[in-house]
Amino acid sequence: MIEIDAITKRYDENTVVDNVSMVIEPRTVTVVVGTSGSGKTTLLRMINRLVEPTEGMIRLDGEDNRAIPGHELRRRIGYAIQGHGLFPHRTVAQNIATVPGLLGWEKSRIDAKVEELLTLFQLDAKTFGPRYPHELSGGQQQRVGVARALAAEPNVLLMDEPFGALDPIIRAKAQEDLLAIQRHFGTTIVLVTHDMNEAFHLADKIAVMDKGRVLQYGPPVELVRAPAAPFVETLIGDTERPFRLLAIAKAGAAAEPGDADGEPIHEDRSQQEALADLLWSGRNALPVISATGVPMGRVTLEALLKHAARPQ
Amino acid sequence: MRIRFDKLGIVIALIAACGVFFSAFAVLKPNRILQGQAKTILEALPAWAGWGLLVLLAVATAIALFRMSPWLKLTAAAAALAALTIAIGYAASFLTPAGNSYARVSPASGFWILLFAFALLAADALTRLQPPPWMRVLFLAITGGGIALLLISGSWDGLSIMKEYGGRADVFWIEAGKHVTLALGSLFAAVLAGLPLGILCHRVTWLRTGVLNTLNLVQTIPSIALFGILIGPLAWIAATVPGAAALGIRGIGAAPAFVALFLYSLLPVVANTVVGLAGVPPEANDAARGIGMTDRQRLFQVEFPLALPVILTAIRIVLVQNIGMATIAALIGGGGFGVFVFQGIGQTAMDLVLLGAVPTVALAFAAAVMLDALIEANSRVPNGVSAA
Repeated sequence: MIEIDAITKRYDENTVVDNVSMVIEPRTVTVVVGTSGSGKTTLLRMINRLVEPTEGMIRLDGEDNRAIPGHELRRRIGYAIQGHGLFPHRTVAQNIATVPGLLGWEKSRIDAKVEELLTLFQLDAKTFGPRYPHELSGGQQQRVGVARALAAEPNVLLMDEPFGALDPIIRAKAQEDLLAIQRHFGTTIVLVTHDMNEAFHLADKIAVMDKGRVLQYGPPVELVRAPAAPFVETLIGDTERPFRLLAIAKAGAAAEPGDADGEPIHEDRSQQEALADLLWSGRNALPVISATGVPMGRVTLEALLKHAARPQ
Repeated sequence: MRIRFDKLGIVIALIAACGVFFSAFAVLKPNRILQGQAKTILEALPAWAGWGLLVLLAVATAIALFRMSPWLKLTAAAAALAALTIAIGYAASFLTPAGNSYARVSPASGFWILLFAFALLAADALTRLQPPPWMRVLFLAITGGGIALLLISGSWDGLSIMKEYGGRADVFWIEAGKHVTLALGSLFAAVLAGLPLGILCHRVTWLRTGVLNTLNLVQTIPSIALFGILIGPLAWIAATVPGAAALGIRGIGAAPAFVALFLYSLLPVVANTVVGLAGVPPEANDAARGIGMTDRQRLFQVEFPLALPVILTAIRIVLVQNIGMATIAALIGGGGFGVFVFQGIGQTAMDLVLLGAVPTVALAFAAAVMLDALIEANSRVPNGVSAA
């Protein structure tokens, strides 16, 4: 659990983060969104003390983050940034081994960890371990960057626009991978982005920041249903609202008894995907199956339209 | 198949023709100071050797003239250079009248022009071959070995420069030792002082401009003037600081030469350290801090290795510059190869000047080749071609 308690950061007269308090639950994904200059990156960097706050306190699992020296704190917290930040003079394996090396792990343990992570990120350890970062594609570099951040098995992973440099197709894949990794390790992730689609796709909770303040902090559905400020509404976008609701709900949640023809959809796909399927194939209903392939009924166009309507 | 000319080959052929037809190959002088008699290749060598050399040079020039494999060109250049160096030694013993120990034979302009032409061909071939660093060092070793072989075999002993050497063999090696000590010692001191200073300038912005401007200013002081400036303070130190004089610190001699070379070396080392560190990707630096490296770990594990090729470039510049400039040290009694150069100028004995100049050039050249190879081997690491 990360407790941010009345934290403020001022540079001279300029207040970058203004009296922010929020509690981040363990094993969740929290996304901080805002325009550039909103203070979201500064807030993130105060968690691992790359930036020292002017006022306030941050507690990790109840312990003040100033209780130990900054560099020791940062070794316990994963950190991944835009453009991956890999060390160009070190191989992929050496990059991933950095933090375990700093912590003084035994070589055999480090090697095992590097191989485990590369395999988890669908990179063959024998092929990619000895390569240098510039020999990798953008997507592969980004995966290695996240693997390096996770190498010392941190409970918390901080990510600053980690997918900003990727093209849309690679980015979607990277987001899926991140969610899978998060479920695998149970890591608490705090991610900063300016991309609302990304926020809605990944977040258990979203914090919207503007001019150093958190305007609203809550589950995605709450942001659509009850935006706390006009800025939140603008950020979500008038024309996007119904689709954002569908995007964060699972197809399984709209399933009703009955039959339908054609390709079925998995229950854990989003309702937005189900709607797209229906519209494109010109059908009124499509079958839903569970993750194991068991039929669960059908999703109708009518039900989806109801879900997309403004919640009462 | 159409025959195509090599553009540089035309230039090389013209230079070589100049060397053969319009200049003398060797000079025969009655003694080391008097003017000599110029001799062409055919006059300087017995007929079979003279014609043999001419034919070989003609073939090598033809190979240079047309577009052919660089390996062939390199072989031709090497053969021509070897033939020239052997022939000049042979010419010396052929021209010197038997039993005359005053007569001197030295290479004339034609020899140097031909040497330059085929060295150019070799350099061009090497550039096209793009040999890996280790191979360039190997070529250097082969060249050095060949020259050593010629020296040991005594086939150059008839040449005037070797006669000058013969009279001063012991002094030559002492001065060589002083020369290398001055050049390398001042470089070592400059690296020792310049690296921390460069790191400091990188971290402390307001310091940077001041330090770099001061070092720039030092660089513009002529070496003779710097020696003059240093006489006062060093003499004072020698007189007042106990033990300083015993260490060899004096107003003139090796100490001011050492200090001057050290001061000249500082600017390249400090400036390139600053540039190298500034070129480290900001993301790598941010990531290094973000994953928990201390400032020291970040410096030695991330910033320094990434800045190393640029810093090595500075060391290469300084080393070559110091080997050349150490010659001046002889002016104030600092020793080194400059001793022969200035003695030779004083006695108008050009052979003696060469005895100082040729080893200096050879040393600087060898140092440049080796450090270039080292730099390339280091900057290749990120490419994964040769992980050292």
